Amino acid sequence: MIKRGLSLFVSAVMLTMFALTGCGGGTKAPEESKAVESSETASESKSEEAKSEESKDASKVIVVGYAQVGAESDWRTANTESFKSTFVPENGYELIFNDAQQKQENQIKAIRDFIQQEVDYIVLAPVVETGWDTVLQEAKDAGIPVILSDRMIKTSDDSLYTALVCGDFIKEGETAGHWLEEYLRSKSADNDKKINIVTLQGTIGASAQVGRTDGFANILAQHPNWNMLAKQTGEFTQSKGQEVMESFLKQFDDIDVVVAENDNMAFGAIDAIKAAGKTCGPNGDITVISFDAVKAAFDAMIAGDLNASIECSPLHGPRVAEIIQKLEKGETVDKIQYVDESYFDTSMDLEKIKAGRAY
Amino acid sequence: MKDKLKNIDNKAFLLYMTIVLFIIMYGIGVVMFGNKGFQKPQVFLNLFISNAGLIVIATGMTMVIISGGIDISVGSFVALTCMVLAYLMEKIKINAPSAIAVVIIIGLIFGLVQGILISYLNIQPFIVTLAGMFFARGMTAIISQEMISITNETFLSWANKKITIPLFGIVNKKGAVVYPYIYPTVIVALIILVLMFILLKYTKFGRSVYAVGGNEQSALLLGLNVKKIKLQVYVLNGLLCSIGGFLFCLNTCAGFVEQAKGFEMEAIAGAVIGGTLLTGGVGNVFGSLFGVLIKGTIEAFVSFQGTLSSWWTKIIIAAILAFFIILQSILAMSKRGKK
Repeated sequence: MIKRGLSLFVSAVMLTMFALTGCGGGTKAPEESKAVESSETASESKSEEAKSEESKDASKVIVVGYAQVGAESDWRTANTESFKSTFVPENGYELIFNDAQQKQENQIKAIRDFIQQEVDYIVLAPVVETGWDTVLQEAKDAGIPVILSDRMIKTSDDSLYTALVCGDFIKEGETAGHWLEEYLRSKSADNDKKINIVTLQGTIGASAQVGRTDGFANILAQHPNWNMLAKQTGEFTQSKGQEVMESFLKQFDDIDVVVAENDNMAFGAIDAIKAAGKTCGPNGDITVISFDAVKAAFDAMIAGDLNASIECSPLHGPRVAEIIQKLEKGETVDKIQYVDESYFDTSMDLEKIKAGRAY
Repeated sequence: MKDKLKNIDNKAFLLYMTIVLFIIMYGIGVVMFGNKGFQKPQVFLNLFISNAGLIVIATGMTMVIISGGIDISVGSFVALTCMVLAYLMEKIKINAPSAIAVVIIIGLIFGLVQGILISYLNIQPFIVTLAGMFFARGMTAIISQEMISITNETFLSWANKKITIPLFGIVNKKGAVVYPYIYPTVIVALIILVLMFILLKYTKFGRSVYAVGGNEQSALLLGLNVKKIKLQVYVLNGLLCSIGGFLFCLNTCAGFVEQAKGFEMEAIAGAVIGGTLLTGGVGNVFGSLFGVLIKGTIEAFVSFQGTLSSWWTKIIIAAILAFFIILQSILAMSKRGKK
């Protein structure tokens, strides 16, 4: 009898608890559903109008599902912000955002959910390059265009995505190589001096990693005196970058240059270098080059710890919105669209540049 | 006698609890996100499509936990499976069925080695499978650090083979009629689930597994070969892991060292939410299925909600997990009190 009472009590507790979690999880749901309702009525009225003629309905809300990689770096956060600030109701959009926590299987799930929600467009920043055929085919079957952001995918069927907005990673890698070329030339007249380089690679298989590694290797190949001591992945994170740099410093005592394939790993590497009692930056023992050029990288350059950062603009939101607008009008778009990029180093007026940047 | 009856009641109670929780959660999803299409049959089927591999792995995990053990190597092993499949088919160019045969043999050997260490050398399962976890992940990276994409036509034709269910068709916004669909992976996973249910419930082996997990000493006194049974459990689990890995690979179509990280914990969480006691002796593979489906539902929640951080999935799972553990221990306490 007591038993029965207990189980009843427990189930009651469970229900309340769950109800709480349920509500907690959906605090924003009422607004959200209102937005969707209005979007649905809007699209209904749209279809009625569409029957009469293709009159442009400004009130139609375009629903965009964004399958984001995660929040592993400042660059990624800036990229997310760019989407969140572009695809706002004021601009006629509703954004459904999903953070995959660096897992491809989560992104595949998210895309399947987007398809069921009948979003108008799916934007995908793929965690990895391959394995997308099945789920993108499902999107295609449902008639939802897919726009890739940041990273390319490998697929046998190009029609599975409509467009790609990205940085030219190979070019970035080459820019880093050219920058190092110039920098060494300015520093020393001895062009045959042996230069020992280590690389902190990004998440292996990501196109930023592949492109930057390959691009830098292209320039490396032109310099017989450049010696790549080791390459290891720091998974684009500060902590892993620091860890890998620590082990590099233990293995080699004559590192001249560190190439970190994103800023966060460079910050980790700088910490490791300082902890090992060495110095880095323009006036230090070790030259540090990184990619992305986020705000914190400017701070590191101003502090004299980081030599240069090759820009990789994360502000893809407006460009993707532009593509969507064109597609809405029925225009065709270029399959690959590169964002404009340059590089920054300590010879520039960094304070001023930093102040003018959005990320 | 009465005590025994009560015990069964408790076990069933945990299972019902899981099923009820799943139904309630799904119901909440339908109410909250009905206007976004949560009520579509495909959303339900997607739970199976996305988690086919995990269902099989959780089934094996349930058996291992029932026997009183644990296996935390499964996530890494899934990554290894995918990598071996990709490597064999893409680099060595052997055909898909042979690659799968190789993977299954590797699974059996992996299970055999872990099983021998655990049962005959009496090493803690946690430690053995911890080593197994590092080994499998390391081995995956040794085979290839680069991602290997699978382009084998036979394999891709399996992966892309949509099985359409000609019922409940839905007209989407674009005016096309869409029928619900599943992939062959779902069917394989469900068949394995049913087979494992029968094996554990209605065979001598299955009953021995419960006996060993419930109380090893009494199992010995009953004349059961405890070591042999444990070994069999880990070998069978190795087989299930390779099949689960294969199903996982059909979903991602690539071999990659970062794959399936934390998978072992998802499988354990699924089993525990499904009413499996970590102390062994109690559990049901169908409970684990619902455990996995609950996880999938929470993910769908967060994804449909659209603005929540997806890390909420983990928080909610943590809350549910904590709840079930507390529930289990209350039940265990009341059982002891009765004695």
